[in-house]
Amino acid sequence: MTVSESKRKAKPIVFAQEISTRKLSKFWDGVDKGKVYASKCSKCGRLSFPPTCDCPLCLQSEIKWVELEGKGVVETFTKIMVRPASFSNCEPYVVVVARMNEGVKILAWLTGAELSDVKLGAEVRLVTKGSQNDPPYSFILCPSNEQEHHAAS
Amino acid sequence: MIGLNRVAVVGVGHSKFGDRRDVSLAELGFEATRPAFEDAGLTPKDVGFLSVGMAGTWYDDFLPAVVVSEYSGMAGKGLMRCEAACASGSAAFAAAYSMIKSGQVDVAMALGVEKMIGVDPPTMTEVIGRAGNYLWEFHNFGMIFAGYYAFYATQHMKKFGTTEKQLAQVAVKNHKYGSMNPKAHFQKPIVIEDVFSSRVVAWPLKVYDCCPISDGAAAVILASEKLTKSLTDSPVWVEAIGISSDTSNSTQRSDFVGLSATVSAAKTAYTMANLAPSRIDVANVHDCFTIAEILAYEDLGFCKKGEGGQMIQDGQTELGGKISVNLDGGLKAKGHPLGATGVSMIVGLTRQLRKEADKCQAPIRNGRALAHNVGGTGHYCYVTILGS
Repeated sequence: MTVSESKRKAKPIVFAQEISTRKLSKFWDGVDKGKVYASKCSKCGRLSFPPTCDCPLCLQSEIKWVELEGKGVVETFTKIMVRPASFSNCEPYVVVVARMNEGVKILAWLTGAELSDVKLGAEVRLVTKGSQNDPPYSFILCPSNEQEHHAAS
Repeated sequence: MIGLNRVAVVGVGHSKFGDRRDVSLAELGFEATRPAFEDAGLTPKDVGFLSVGMAGTWYDDFLPAVVVSEYSGMAGKGLMRCEAACASGSAAFAAAYSMIKSGQVDVAMALGVEKMIGVDPPTMTEVIGRAGNYLWEFHNFGMIFAGYYAFYATQHMKKFGTTEKQLAQVAVKNHKYGSMNPKAHFQKPIVIEDVFSSRVVAWPLKVYDCCPISDGAAAVILASEKLTKSLTDSPVWVEAIGISSDTSNSTQRSDFVGLSATVSAAKTAYTMANLAPSRIDVANVHDCFTIAEILAYEDLGFCKKGEGGQMIQDGQTELGGKISVNLDGGLKAKGHPLGATGVSMIVGLTRQLRKEADKCQAPIRNGRALAHNVGGTGHYCYVTILGS
C-alpha cells in the first residue's frame, strides 16, 4: 500500500442525536437539587434504576418517584485505562456497579479511592454533581467512611 | 431437530483474518463466498436466499450488504442484513437455516463480513464502548467494551478464586492453535509472561486478555435435506440452534459470574438436539476476552460454575482433552471481525466434523460440535450444535 493510498479516506459524517429526557425530567431536575430518584411502578411495585416511565414487567405507565438514600456496597468494578475518544482528556477512572440499600444497582465512577483500595462489598455513597456537569458527571460514588458519616449527620 | 426437512452445511469458505486494508468490504466478502461455492459445487444462481452478518455502523455505504451481495453475484436473491453485535454472523446463520427449514428455499448462504481496522482505534473504542446502554453507562461514565468483561472477571476472581494466570492460560492456548491456522490474524505462540507484561486495558484485563480488532469474512452454504443428498457424501447437519438475550444495562444483571444468555441459549440447544454437554467433541466458544472463555466453559455445562479456571489450568480444553475448545485460535488469536465471527465458528467446526482440520484435528468420537457466539456482554447469545 502506498502512502497516498493509505491516506485515502471516505467523506466524514458527523452527527450527534438529541437525547430525549423529557419524560424523566423529574430525575434530571432532582440531580440538580442533590437528589437521586428511582422510579417505582404504581401497579406492580417494581423499583427501577435507571428510572423508566414505563414498567417492563406489567407494561403500565403510572410511576412514583422514590428518592434513594444514597448508600450501597460495591458489587463489582474495573479501572478504565484505555479511554474512548470522547474521554481522552480524562485520567483513567474507576467504574463501579454498586447495590444500593433499596435493592437497585447503580453504575458510576468511584472517586476518592485508589484502585488497590476498592474492595467488593465495601460501603459507598452516592454524590450528585448536577445534570449539566460534563465532566465530572451527574452522579458519582465515593467511599463511605466514619468521618463522612459524622459530617452528614 | 432430527426429522423431516433437515438442514445441512454443504459448503464453507473463509478469508484471511487480520489487517485487510488491502481489499474493500465486497472484495473481502468474495474471498469467503467463492471458496464456499467451490466447496459446495454450487454457483450463485443456485442460492435462494442470502443473509449477511455485519455489525458495523461505520461503513461508507449505507446499505453495505447489498454492495457485498452484488459483488459476489447474488443481486436479485432474497437478502437480509443481520445484526446481533458480535453474534451477527450467527444471526445470519439462523436466518439462512430458518429459510430452508420453513421450506421457502433449498439453498441459502450465510455470509459474515466485517472491516474494522480502517477506523482509528480511539474512535473504534468509542463505538464499541457503547455496547451497553449509551445514556446510563457510556455518556456519563465512558465505559469501554473490555470494561464490561472486567466487571465479570473481578467478581469471578473474588467469588471463585480464579487467577490472572488462569486467564493468561486461555490466551496462551488460543494463540498456540492460532499459530497453526494460516487464516488467523496472529500467527505466533505466546507465553504467560507476554500476557502479564502487556498493558492494562480495563483492570484486571490486559492487552493479551483481549481479542484484536480485525477484518475478515466467512461464508457457509446451507441446503435442504433432499438437495444435500445429491450434493455431498459428508454433510454436516444443523442439529439445533438456541437463541437468547439479556439486558442492555449491566445494572439489571443479577450477578457478574456468568452470562445468563449463554445458559439459556445452551439449554434450548441441548434440549433441541437431545444431547448432554459431555457428548460434544469440539467447541468454538466466544473468547473475546480470556474471562469470556472461562465463563463459557461453565455456562455451557463443560464444567460446574466456578471451575472454569481450573479447567484451563488442567489443560482439559486442549486438543485431546476432555473437550477441545477453540482449535482454530478462537477470537483471541484468529481475530474477531464482528459479523464474520459466528460464521467462522461454523466453518471451523464443519472442517472438524469432516476431519479436515489437519494439525488441529480433534478426536471425533460422538460426531457433535458446538458453536457459542455471544453478542456484546451476553446481550445476545447463539448456541449452534452441528452433527456429522
